[in-house]
Amino acid sequence: MSRKDPDRFRQGKARWVVLALVGLTAALVLVPFVIMLMNAFKSPADYSSNGPLAWPESFQLDGLKTYWQQVHFEGKLLNSIVISGSVAVLGVVLSLLNAYALGIGRVRGRMWIVALFLMANMIPQEALVYPLYSMAKSFGLYNSQLSVIIIFTVIQSAFGTYLLASVLGTFPKALLEAAALDGASRWTTLWRVVVPTVRPTLSVLLIFFFIWTWNEFFIPLVMLIDNSTQTVPLALASLQGDRLMDATTTNAGALISLLPTVVFFLIFQRTLTRGVTVGAVK
Amino acid sequence: MSRGKAGFWWYLLPGALAFTAIIAVPFGANLYLSLTKWSGVGDPRWIGLDNYSRLLQDDVFWTSFRNTAAMVIAMVVVPTLIGLVLSATLFDVIGRRFGPKTASFLRATFYLPQVLPVVVAGILWGWLLRPDGAVNAIAKAIGLGEHDWLGDPKTALPMVMLVMIWVQIGYPVVIFMAALQRVDPDLYEAAEIDGAGWFRRFQAITLPQIRPETFVVTLTCTIAALKVFGPIWALTRGGPNNATTVPSYFAYNAFFNKLQVGYGAAVATALTLVIVAVSIGFLKVQGRVEE
Repeated sequence: MSRKDPDRFRQGKARWVVLALVGLTAALVLVPFVIMLMNAFKSPADYSSNGPLAWPESFQLDGLKTYWQQVHFEGKLLNSIVISGSVAVLGVVLSLLNAYALGIGRVRGRMWIVALFLMANMIPQEALVYPLYSMAKSFGLYNSQLSVIIIFTVIQSAFGTYLLASVLGTFPKALLEAAALDGASRWTTLWRVVVPTVRPTLSVLLIFFFIWTWNEFFIPLVMLIDNSTQTVPLALASLQGDRLMDATTTNAGALISLLPTVVFFLIFQRTLTRGVTVGAVK
Repeated sequence: MSRGKAGFWWYLLPGALAFTAIIAVPFGANLYLSLTKWSGVGDPRWIGLDNYSRLLQDDVFWTSFRNTAAMVIAMVVVPTLIGLVLSATLFDVIGRRFGPKTASFLRATFYLPQVLPVVVAGILWGWLLRPDGAVNAIAKAIGLGEHDWLGDPKTALPMVMLVMIWVQIGYPVVIFMAALQRVDPDLYEAAEIDGAGWFRRFQAITLPQIRPETFVVTLTCTIAALKVFGPIWALTRGGPNNATTVPSYFAYNAFFNKLQVGYGAAVATALTLVIVAVSIGFLKVQGRVEE
């Protein structure tokens, strides 16, 4: 190249400066996590004499144990798994049935129906919560996981229907015609032809619904008031609300409560980043 | 076998019933409640539009929407701008000079706060910012005075905004980086050989490429900012003195603490109207830009 090399980054020092800047930003994002880890493994005595920024004198699991026993964490985990798991499965099935009629059945007025689902997706939960709360009370479902499962199945499937309807709208005609020639009923076509073809999208939806429901706070806060029904995020929140926790228990509780979602993220990282993209270009 | 469309209606039946019961009926009931005075027991008393005229004169209501504007800055404007720069840098500089492994490691780091339940993030930060928390310990260590960050009406809102920026930043980064995968890397090479600097490439290649995603990110984040509840609950409960209250917390407080169900329903309805109006506005602008 005779001209001045336009690529300052390849040989120059500039790229190291860029890396350092981005690395520094990333480090700043991590600081709260690091401080949390440091204090989650301290003993209360260590904390009170050395403060929040000191490295733990010894590696203590007391905070974690205290928090686990105080909130009966195994119960909260089970509640969260049952609620999020049921919502994920039921929500995907409901979305699939809706989207089958809208995307493949192309029923009349489908644009309006999809628009309604989209609107349902936008309504803030505050505008539904009081009537839902009254309904749950009168049906005897207040403070039961079932109420939360039913509500979130419907709320999540509003988004699922919207997404799947557009995915199924482009479903290859040839496959449907082949199934019809074989004499397959609509029901058989749905489960034998459509579902296997869109399985990747369905699994993304399943994981999304699970995580979204796991992280939900507002409606569970209103509906689940009891130690035996509450979810992982709620357990931490209600203990903090009582101002009963010392610093090490708070940090240990935060650590335990975020661990399941981080593990989940690491397992499904690929699906998720692909899924975020699916959601984005919808 | 009949392939008429009529049979497909059966597949909509469960969804239609579920939506009527869980969304349409409660939404209608909330609308009705917003026209009544009700404490949650006994019968609601019809008062017409009184709740709404009271809203318009309620300073807390206006404060809550002003704070929503602050949430939009913290959850949409700042993360989108930083996300644009970060994703372009990660893709165009870090990814190509230091390899895709480094880039995706950094991307995962930025995304980490997005993974945790937002309430857990709120509680962690609530502790960090407590008068005896880690932030003051850092401030003391570098010679600054201590401060009650969330207890002082002047600093409470900026701190909540800071937490929300921290929570949100990973979302645009991940989406924009995924969008950039569609760009032919040769395009950047060619632009470079033609002497285009980093900013020129950012302007001419990156920005137009990720425009659709930018719309989606700003729309979904704006709706999230209008709905924000958990972090406010965990950090400040709307305080001190309503300095950080937002419409959703305002409605929750009216429903379940003050037992002013009708008034809370009016706040929730107003919030719904704003969200729908903003979304329609967004989609209109997007439609016009894409023409």
